[in-house]
Amino acid sequence: MSSAEDRSKVDFDQATIVIGLEVHVQLDTQSKLFCGCSTEFGAPPNTQTCAVCTGMPGSLPVINKEALKLAIKTGLALNCDIARSTKWDRKNYFYPDLPKGYQISQFDQPICGEGYLDISSAKGEFEPCRVRLERAHLEEDAGKSIHDESNQGGKSKIDLNRTGTPLLEIVTKPDMRSPAEAKAFLSELKLILNYIAVSDCNMQQGSLRCDGNINLHIDMDGEKIATPIVEIKNLNSFRAAERSLTYEAKRQFSSWQKTGDTIDDAPKQTRGWNDAEQVTTISREKELSADYRYFPDPDLIAVTTSEEEITAIENQIGLLPAQWRKTLMEEHKLKPNDAEVIVGQGRGVIDYFVEVASGCGDSRIASNWIGQEVLRHLNESTIEIDQYSVTADQMTDLLKQVVGGELDQTRAKEVLNEMVDSKIEVQSAMDKLGIKPVDSSELDSLCQQLIDENPDVAKQIQDGNTKAVGMLIGKARKINPNANPGVVKDKILKSLGG
Amino acid sequence: MDLSNLTACELVQQISNGDLTATDCVEHFLDRIKNQDGSLNSFISTSDSAIQRAQEIDQRRASGKPVGPLAGLPIAIKDGICTAGQTTTAGSKMLENFVPPFDATVVNKLTDADAIVIGKTNMDEFAMGSSTETSHFNVTKNPWNDERVPGGSSGGSSACVAADLVPVSIGSDTGGSIRQPASFCGITGLKPTYGRVSRYGLIAFASSLDQIGPMTRTAADNAMVMSVISGHDSKDSTSAKKDVPDFSQSLDKPLKGIRIGICREHFEEGLDSQIEKSVKATISVLENLGAQTTDINLPHSQYAVATYYVVAPCEASSNLARYDGVRYTHRETANDLEQMYCQSRAEGFGDEVKKRIMLGTYALSSGYYDAYYLKASKVRRMIKQDYDQAFEKVDLILGPTTPTTAFKIGEHSKDALAMYLADIYTVSANLAGVPAISIPCGISDEGLPIGMQLQARSFDECSLLQAAHQFQTETDWHQRRPQR
Repeated sequence: MSSAEDRSKVDFDQATIVIGLEVHVQLDTQSKLFCGCSTEFGAPPNTQTCAVCTGMPGSLPVINKEALKLAIKTGLALNCDIARSTKWDRKNYFYPDLPKGYQISQFDQPICGEGYLDISSAKGEFEPCRVRLERAHLEEDAGKSIHDESNQGGKSKIDLNRTGTPLLEIVTKPDMRSPAEAKAFLSELKLILNYIAVSDCNMQQGSLRCDGNINLHIDMDGEKIATPIVEIKNLNSFRAAERSLTYEAKRQFSSWQKTGDTIDDAPKQTRGWNDAEQVTTISREKELSADYRYFPDPDLIAVTTSEEEITAIENQIGLLPAQWRKTLMEEHKLKPNDAEVIVGQGRGVIDYFVEVASGCGDSRIASNWIGQEVLRHLNESTIEIDQYSVTADQMTDLLKQVVGGELDQTRAKEVLNEMVDSKIEVQSAMDKLGIKPVDSSELDSLCQQLIDENPDVAKQIQDGNTKAVGMLIGKARKINPNANPGVVKDKILKSLGG
Repeated sequence: MDLSNLTACELVQQISNGDLTATDCVEHFLDRIKNQDGSLNSFISTSDSAIQRAQEIDQRRASGKPVGPLAGLPIAIKDGICTAGQTTTAGSKMLENFVPPFDATVVNKLTDADAIVIGKTNMDEFAMGSSTETSHFNVTKNPWNDERVPGGSSGGSSACVAADLVPVSIGSDTGGSIRQPASFCGITGLKPTYGRVSRYGLIAFASSLDQIGPMTRTAADNAMVMSVISGHDSKDSTSAKKDVPDFSQSLDKPLKGIRIGICREHFEEGLDSQIEKSVKATISVLENLGAQTTDINLPHSQYAVATYYVVAPCEASSNLARYDGVRYTHRETANDLEQMYCQSRAEGFGDEVKKRIMLGTYALSSGYYDAYYLKASKVRRMIKQDYDQAFEKVDLILGPTTPTTAFKIGEHSKDALAMYLADIYTVSANLAGVPAISIPCGISDEGLPIGMQLQARSFDECSLLQAAHQFQTETDWHQRRPQR
């Protein structure tokens, strides 16, 4: 083993961070994986259960074909090999919220085999790279244990509503080399799942759960040393994932400097992320080497999927985020960052954008308005685009006037705010704000009035200081708010020979 | 008229003719259970609503409304099969107070046909045993000799039919649990093809082997019940999407042209000589009925018991994990969760069940899986291939059901292997999934019934029932009744 002194000379940047992720995705089916119970979140405890999902003696599971379809759809979107025949296995362990004493899962013939996902960073945090996927398999979720956290010895309770909810467990190869890559993988994965509408990916409700496996490969005098692997459980936000992996990489490095322990010296450890303290802590659960005694579930038969079924599912997928980024940049001429803003918001915003952009005839204006005004409104009222009161049609109407120069940006924003606040259409909002077109002769006399009343400013402009016209524009709008600043500016400059 | 002398077919006929009311019929058998079952102990519970159901059916008939094909027929159900609102114990303390919220599909089908569930029968705990001795609710006695076991695990179901406490019962068969007790009690018991009858509501012992079937006095009764309980069930993925024939229709077809294979391996060392003689004597009866007989081999049958005792405990160890004291099961109070699990299972399960859970857990464990479960699965395929090859040459396979007649209560309690060998001729059919029937074919010098087994191709229960029925037209073994 290396000496502590030698190790202390090693820098952190001589360590390569190696990260693999396991992501549990709750598939958005009406009913559970092996029975007809509803999967809706938030019902009173134990009201969405039946003989099958509570593991009553004599009950038998029956596969939900929709879950299988969504799993295949996900696999196809992640470039996975789809198994033409897949089977079910029992993973045996005791836990109070696991009614049958085993979980129905897939061991050696997962529905989705190897695949990959390409990730990149618009901010340039890392080079574009490919994360290979090991597999993705279907399994049923367990119930929820609710413990008394007051430490007053209250009873633990079990809610079996979640029991049997379909989960797709996606397992990557250890291909990520930084927490930023891991975060990018997760957000790109979430985006894809949103695009193909297989999951609501609500992390607060546990629809998307992530465990991270991490260790370091340290280069010490040409020798590669691997530190013990740590699994960090339940990373329930992207931020938590990035921060806990960052913390853990540093912790492992300093631990290695102290102890010199390598992957051969210590077993895999499970740690949890403490969000309040921003540290990972060792899990209290006993470190048994789990033996799940997998074997084929004799209650279920193997499922075969035909080429036709796979093709039919493939045809439902449509463009994925990476393809949309390309389309927005090439066809709509958006800058990479602007394209990212639109694509990152999900399918709904893309549809909205495409409709508005082609309707108003200016993609850049559409992108700016959606990227700033619309997203601000959505964030402020925490709603999704399909709940936004300003439809793509109305937004198109509004932006047409901006593009055509009938409304300046500032006034148009007032109109949009009015539309949102009063839930009214463009024309009503304009009427309400008293916005009406000003005819050219009216503007001519307004401009003349300004020149006459402000000879000093007029003099400056005549002397070549054209910027001074801004002062007159401000005054113009005080006199007539409907005066278009661009037109006022042009007219004044023209009449002063600027 | 003594209703006890009537077959199920005759009872249904009489009720349908109006010669007998369902109420009288049910009352008769309830009386017999009340008077006779005290010493026999074939029932764990009887139904409170049977008479009311019978009255309903009688009223429906009287008002000219249609009734089902089994209208008024009392049926006993093995206590490992769920009956809504009625305790279903699987013979275990663990489920002493378990009242299922749903009926097993087989129970649904029977009640839809207007049969009347009259009670729940005793069984080896979780169907693990060949004698009904492992039941938490005491041993059932063999009606032919009360020092003898009725066989198992469906021992209650066989004893009550043999003692005329009920015309028909439903059992389940994982390694011989219908056929071996049928043989020990001198009745007709059919294990259908795996997948023929829905397992929904059958408390699982070994899911890939378990199959529900009828236990009756005659093959004709058996066929009548089979026509009702068979068929695909959307609640059981392993139930077969096969058309269900009218099993009664082919009973009278002559056996001419039917080829029967005599399995050589079933007449080797270990077979009681009286059984050998009785079963061999059936060959000439079947030949006289027009069947051709020929010797065949099932070379891997010598591995069947070993294979079974790996596969079945493996599945059982997982199937029985749900009995953890947390929900509907027996619960012991303890200081923490792990202790509660351990104590509930230690107290709730009997020794045989615990032994098999340990065997199965061990055989599935990392490092042993390949040597046990995987190897057993491979041998199972070879056993199935033996059948495939045999059925290229013959239509039915004939042999003894059991190596001995009913043994004494307690006789094998110290020798598990001797007990396990009681299934030596029956387990192969479960491993291969093929249907098999046991019918009476003799009485030993000690006055105990002897059974013969016929096996057929998957989903060819028709041939089994036809041959059994034809045999029963020529012999009267199935009409012999115990002197009680």
